[in-house]
Amino acid sequence: MTVLNRRTVLQGVGVAALTAAAGTGFRAFAQERTAIRIGYAISKTGANAAGAGITTLPNYLLWVDDVNKAGGIQLKSGKYPIEVVEYDDRSSVEEAVRAVERLATQDKVDFILPTWGTGPNLAMGPTFDKFGYPQLAATAVTDLAPEMAKRWKRSFWFLGGGHDYADALVQLLAKQRDAGTINNKVAIVSVADGFGIDLSKAATPAFTAAGFELVYDKSYPLGTADFAPILNEVAGLGADSFVAFSYPPDTFALTQQAVVANFNPKVFYCGVGTAFPVFPKIAGANHDGVMGVGGIDPDSQALADYFARHKALIGEEPDSWASAITYVTLQVLQQAIERVGDVDRDAVSAEIASGEFDTLIGKVKLEDQQLRSLWTVGQWQGGKFVGLMHTDGRAGRAPVIPKPAWVAAQ
Amino acid sequence: MLLSALLTGLVLGGTYALIAMGLTLQYGVARIMNLAYGDLIIAASFGAFVLFTAAGLNPLLGLVVVVPAGFALSWLIYRVALQPLVRRARDRAALEADSILATFGLLFVIQGVALVVFGAGFMSYSYLAVPVDLLGVTLAGNRLLAFALAVVFGAGLWLALTRTRWGTAIRAVAAAPASAPLVGIDVDRVARFSFALGGALAAAGGVVISMFLTFTATAGVVYTMKALVVVIMGGVGNLMGALLAGLILGLVETLVATYVDPGLTLAATYAIFLLVLVVRPAGLFGRATR
Repeated sequence: MTVLNRRTVLQGVGVAALTAAAGTGFRAFAQERTAIRIGYAISKTGANAAGAGITTLPNYLLWVDDVNKAGGIQLKSGKYPIEVVEYDDRSSVEEAVRAVERLATQDKVDFILPTWGTGPNLAMGPTFDKFGYPQLAATAVTDLAPEMAKRWKRSFWFLGGGHDYADALVQLLAKQRDAGTINNKVAIVSVADGFGIDLSKAATPAFTAAGFELVYDKSYPLGTADFAPILNEVAGLGADSFVAFSYPPDTFALTQQAVVANFNPKVFYCGVGTAFPVFPKIAGANHDGVMGVGGIDPDSQALADYFARHKALIGEEPDSWASAITYVTLQVLQQAIERVGDVDRDAVSAEIASGEFDTLIGKVKLEDQQLRSLWTVGQWQGGKFVGLMHTDGRAGRAPVIPKPAWVAAQ
Repeated sequence: MLLSALLTGLVLGGTYALIAMGLTLQYGVARIMNLAYGDLIIAASFGAFVLFTAAGLNPLLGLVVVVPAGFALSWLIYRVALQPLVRRARDRAALEADSILATFGLLFVIQGVALVVFGAGFMSYSYLAVPVDLLGVTLAGNRLLAFALAVVFGAGLWLALTRTRWGTAIRAVAAAPASAPLVGIDVDRVARFSFALGGALAAAGGVVISMFLTFTATAGVVYTMKALVVVIMGGVGNLMGALLAGLILGLVETLVATYVDPGLTLAATYAIFLLVLVVRPAGLFGRATR
C-alpha cells in the first residue's frame, strides 16, 4: 500500500505546476497572436493608492473596456482585444521599477503603462528606456520634462511642469488685481513634498515679480491634519488671495477648516484634490468658487460623454485635471499602434512623437515629446470644475472673484 | 493669540490622546504590539461613514454601534490569532516579535478588505463642522467634541482602573504579569479583556476622527505611528501618561506652528519625543524596569 505523505503530494503539485507553466510558455511561442498584451504596475495599496485609484486605474480599466467593446486594436494582421497583466507596486518606487522589468522580460507584454505620480514616473524612466518601451507619463508634473524627454527618447510627458501652473495662476491674479477686484496681498502655504515644493518654488518669485506682496509664505509637513494655527494667522493678515499648494487630504482639511474659522478670502485656491469629484461632497455648498489646479472645457461634448462612460463603468466621475489627460495618453497610444499596424515599439514611439491624434481634448500633437495643451487653473462653477487658464492662451471661463462667501455647515 | 494657540493645541492633543489610549492598553497590559491598530481605527471610521451616509445615523450614535463592534472584533482577533502566540511565547521579547509579525499580517488583511469594499478613494463627511466660540477663540465643534470625548474616556477608564476590582487586576497584570497569577488573577483573561478594550477605544477614536479628517483605506499606518509615539512618551501601559503625552504633543505642534514655523511641527514632535526618552527612558509615567 502506498501512503502519500505531504511532501510527496507537494512535490507532485510542484511538478504539475511547472509543467503547466512550461506548457503555456511554449504555447505562447507556438501560437498566432490572439491579443495585444498590455501590462501595468499600479499602486493598489499604500500611500499612493488613493491618487492612483482616482486618476490612473479607472482610466486604464475604462480604456480597456472601451477598446474591447469596439472589438480591439486594429493591426495589419487583424483586430485584437487587449489582454491585461496587472501588478500592485504597493506605492513603492523600487517595486514599480521591478514590476516594469518583470513585465518586459518575463511577461513579455507588448506595451507597458506607467504607475501614478511624478516621483515614480521619473524613477521608472530608465527602465522603460532600457527595455525600449514607450512611457506615456500622464500623472507627472515636472519642470524636468524637457530634460527627461531628451534623455529618454521614448518618454512622453503629458501634464506640464510646476511653472506652467504657477505662472498661469500669477497671471490670472495679476489681471484681477489690476482691475481692482483683489488687493495686492497674497498668502501662500505649501506642502513640504514634491508637488508643493515645485509649485511654491515657481510661484514665489513669479508673485514677487508681478508686484504682489507675500504676507505669508510657509510650508507644512506632509500629513499635517490640523491647519487651525495657519488659518488663524493668515486670517489676520488682510490678504485677498489664499493660495495652497496642497495634497488631497490637506485640500479638504484646509477648505473645511477655513469655513469653520470663517476665513473668507476673495480667492481661495488649493492644489491636488480640488478637481476630484469627491470635493463638492466634502465641501458641500462651499465648493462653489474654489479655485485649483487643472480644469476642463465644460462645453465639450466628447468630455461629457467620457464623464458619463466613466461614471457608468467605475461608479464615480473622473477628476477634472489628470483623469482626462490619462485617457488621452491611451488614445494616443492606441492610434499610434493602429497607424503603425504592428506592435513595433520603436515605430510606435516615433509615431507618438510626431503624429497628430484625435482625442477627448481635441487634436493633440506633442511638442518635444510633451503635451503643451493643458488647463492650468480651474474653478468650481455650477457643479463643474471649469478651466480658466490654458497653456495655449485660449480663453476659458471668466473667473468668479470674489468667490461666494462660505455658508456655515449645520 | 496665545490663548488661541493653547486652546487649539489642547483640542488637537485630545485627538492624539484618544487614539493612543487603546494602544497603551493593548501594548501595556496584553503585551501585544499591535501594528494593525491604526487600521482598526480606519475600519471604525469606515463604519461611522457608512452609518452616517447610508443610515443617516449621527456619529455620536454611531459610537454606540461601532465601539462594541470594535470590542468584539478585537476580542475575536485575540482569541483566534494572538492567544496561540501568547501560549507558546517563552518570554516577553518572543511574544513581542511574534505579535508584531502577526499584526503586521492583520494590517494587510484589514487594509485589503477595506480596499475591496470601499476602494482607494478619499472618504469624508461633514459633521458638527461648526464654529464654537470659546473665550473668544473660534474652534471647530467636532474637534472640541473629540477633546471632550478623550477626557471622558480617559477619566472614566482611569476611575475604573483605580477604583474597581477588575481595574486593579488589569494594573496588576501590567505591572507584574509573572506574579499576578500568584494572587489568583487569570492573566490570560485579563489580557484578552484589555486587548478588546483597547480595540473598543481604537474604534471610538476612529469614529471621532472620521468627523473631521479625510481618510483612505490605506491611511492606518499614520495613526499607528502617532499612537505609538504618544504611548512610548507617556509610559507603556499608563492611561494618564497617554492622555498627558497626547496633550503635550498637540500643544507643542500648535505652538510651534503659530510662533516658529508650520514646517517644523514634525521636527518639534520628534524633538520632544527624544527629550522625554533621554530624560525618562521609560516614558513620563513609566516605571523604570531593571
